[in-house]
Amino acid sequence: MAGTTSYDTDQPASGDSSAAAAGYDPNYVPDSVKSFVVHMYRHIREKNVYEIFQMYETSFQSISDRLFKDSPWPSVDAVATYVDNDHVFCLLYREMWFRHLFARLSPTLKQRIDSWENYCSLFQVVLHGVVNMQLPNQWLWDMVDEFVYQFQSFCQYRAKMKNKTEQEIALLRQPDQAWNVYGVLNYLQALLEKSTIIQILEQEKEGLEQFTATDGYDYNGGSNVLKVLGYFSMIGLLRVHCLLGDYQTGLKCLRPIDITQQGVYTSVIGSHITTIYHYGFANLMMRRYVEAIREFNKILLYIFKTKQYHQKSPQYEQILKKNEQMYALLAVSLSLCPQVKLVEETVNSQLREKYGEKMLRMQRYDDEAFALYDELFSYACPKFITPSSPSYEEPLVNYNQDAYRLQLKLFLYEVKQQQLLSGVRTFLKVYSTISLGKLATYMEVDEPTLRTVLMTYKHKTHAVDSDGKITSNADLDFYISDDMIHVTESKPAKRYGDYFLRQIVKLEGIMTDIDRIKLE
Amino acid sequence: MSYTVEQLVAVNPYNPDILPDLENYVNEQVSSQTYSLNANLCLLRLYQFEPERMSTQIVARILIKALMAMPAPDFSLCLFLIPERVQMEEQFKTLIVLSHYLETARFRQFWDEAAKSRHILEVVPGFEQAIQAYAVHVLSLTYQKVPRSVLAEAINIEGLSLDKFLEHHVANSGWVTEKTQNKGQLIILPSTEFNHPELKKNTADGIPLEHITRILPILG
Repeated sequence: MAGTTSYDTDQPASGDSSAAAAGYDPNYVPDSVKSFVVHMYRHIREKNVYEIFQMYETSFQSISDRLFKDSPWPSVDAVATYVDNDHVFCLLYREMWFRHLFARLSPTLKQRIDSWENYCSLFQVVLHGVVNMQLPNQWLWDMVDEFVYQFQSFCQYRAKMKNKTEQEIALLRQPDQAWNVYGVLNYLQALLEKSTIIQILEQEKEGLEQFTATDGYDYNGGSNVLKVLGYFSMIGLLRVHCLLGDYQTGLKCLRPIDITQQGVYTSVIGSHITTIYHYGFANLMMRRYVEAIREFNKILLYIFKTKQYHQKSPQYEQILKKNEQMYALLAVSLSLCPQVKLVEETVNSQLREKYGEKMLRMQRYDDEAFALYDELFSYACPKFITPSSPSYEEPLVNYNQDAYRLQLKLFLYEVKQQQLLSGVRTFLKVYSTISLGKLATYMEVDEPTLRTVLMTYKHKTHAVDSDGKITSNADLDFYISDDMIHVTESKPAKRYGDYFLRQIVKLEGIMTDIDRIKLE
Repeated sequence: MSYTVEQLVAVNPYNPDILPDLENYVNEQVSSQTYSLNANLCLLRLYQFEPERMSTQIVARILIKALMAMPAPDFSLCLFLIPERVQMEEQFKTLIVLSHYLETARFRQFWDEAAKSRHILEVVPGFEQAIQAYAVHVLSLTYQKVPRSVLAEAINIEGLSLDKFLEHHVANSGWVTEKTQNKGQLIILPSTEFNHPELKKNTADGIPLEHITRILPILG
């Protein structure tokens, strides 16, 4: 494919503040860029993953910071001569070129479409199995991540219909439009299927194949690109389905990855966080609070312990932002399902510091509490999208908030259905038995209403999965016999088994040490 | 047809061409009293991608089937995919109110409302029985012994029909009826770990075999 970048002829979109075009010559290639592409090209041909990674992660950033803070990198045509006009390298270069542009400048519609076409060409090459490269997981993850991000960004952009120019609308109306939702999903699905990653993960369980053990790399001269892209596509699909509000399907896409274990998804911090953030969010929306709390807790603890190592990473800001959002989601989950014992001490103290006071107010279920649920949800939710094109015949209105408003409304609806539960919980906590009549008086409701509240408590705290298995999310439980309520608080189960196992190993270690002393 | 609809969905999760098959499949689920959340979500997804192809009649059927799947959260899962302006239509507003009553266990209000909306619900056979099963599920989570009147209200059956209903469950589901002196009949529901918390197995302290294998060399 010939590079057809044409940013120089594009008009920046209205309201575009970037002064990118001014003084920028796409054909001027500074020496550092020349050296960058020449070395990168060589390392890719030599399959030197370590060096590729260094250049990708460090050199690209430092050159961007020095020379391309607010202008694009040189055009692909200008650098192609330094890399033998290598088709695949040019696709990779453009992928980075667009990613840099999206991160630092405001892309025009034409650029969005060009980037889509570049992804199509790149994925076609990968799908047809003609690549023989070994690329760092970080880069492959970034490709899938950026692909989904640009799709999301395109949907948001398209939905802001009000101040589009006629040219933009004409371009948007073209039949085989870029970033069509079917196209996006089918590319991810194609990578997933063509890579046969699901079968590979299955076979690995039986010891017939190695994937996780080598972090997805191929040490037998093959390429890791299709396999790992297929693997990350599962996470890409999870994210796209969450953006569409299809939580059930999103979680289904992720199922081949066992998130209770380490895996290739944990080898890149961005992929690890994206996976758990969307997994937790989907579970929260499906009312499986315990599952959401457990996974948020684990990843927040992990980020707390490791974030110092990522300070220089280009993803650092993103890590911190998702960290804050997940604390907000944890606060929401715990307010709906007060299972504090699932939360580790460090995470808990961070949580109290950030949201302790808000969480107390959220327990009250008055208007202010609803406003807080609204605030935390809006701050922490994914950027929901409307996947369909607008009707160009009707008057043009912005619809970029529609999807978000629907998800928020349905979530607050759920909160409202649970509003009496925290009150009843407070009373049940201090009794072991109490009559319905007495509790009704305390709660200032009549007896039939109290019965419905108690049944609601049971229904909302007991999740039923597709094979009819019931899981209790309640730490405080009760039953009614005739008109007496009997309360039972589940005691945190002490993990004696683990404790003994560890002590046995420790003792054995000490005994070995002692034996060694005797021998000397 | 050489493929079942479920297979079609598995092979073409993002293919607009299967939309008519999925619509037919919804009608088939209605007439044969079967259910596939997976296929229905796939159809709602295609509607979401191409709103101009949406049939509100089919959407209504999907939502009624989802109500019948209570206590599973299917109704919400479907609503997440249906644009708000569609949800504003009268029939959907009614279904949302019905779902709200079920979610908050307000069975009396539910049955009153359902009676008023018969024209929407009666196209789907088995609706009442499915909701009754849900009511029995919630009652079984909550009660060891439930007064007859509370049961009657929840399942909307009274008098002789209720006697018959009880007889059936005494014979098939392990229910026991008990006469009390002053308050009428009590129904003893089968024990589960949810209405008899002492039955809850303490699974938390199980040790997976892999962990044991780690210390086997030491023990040997």
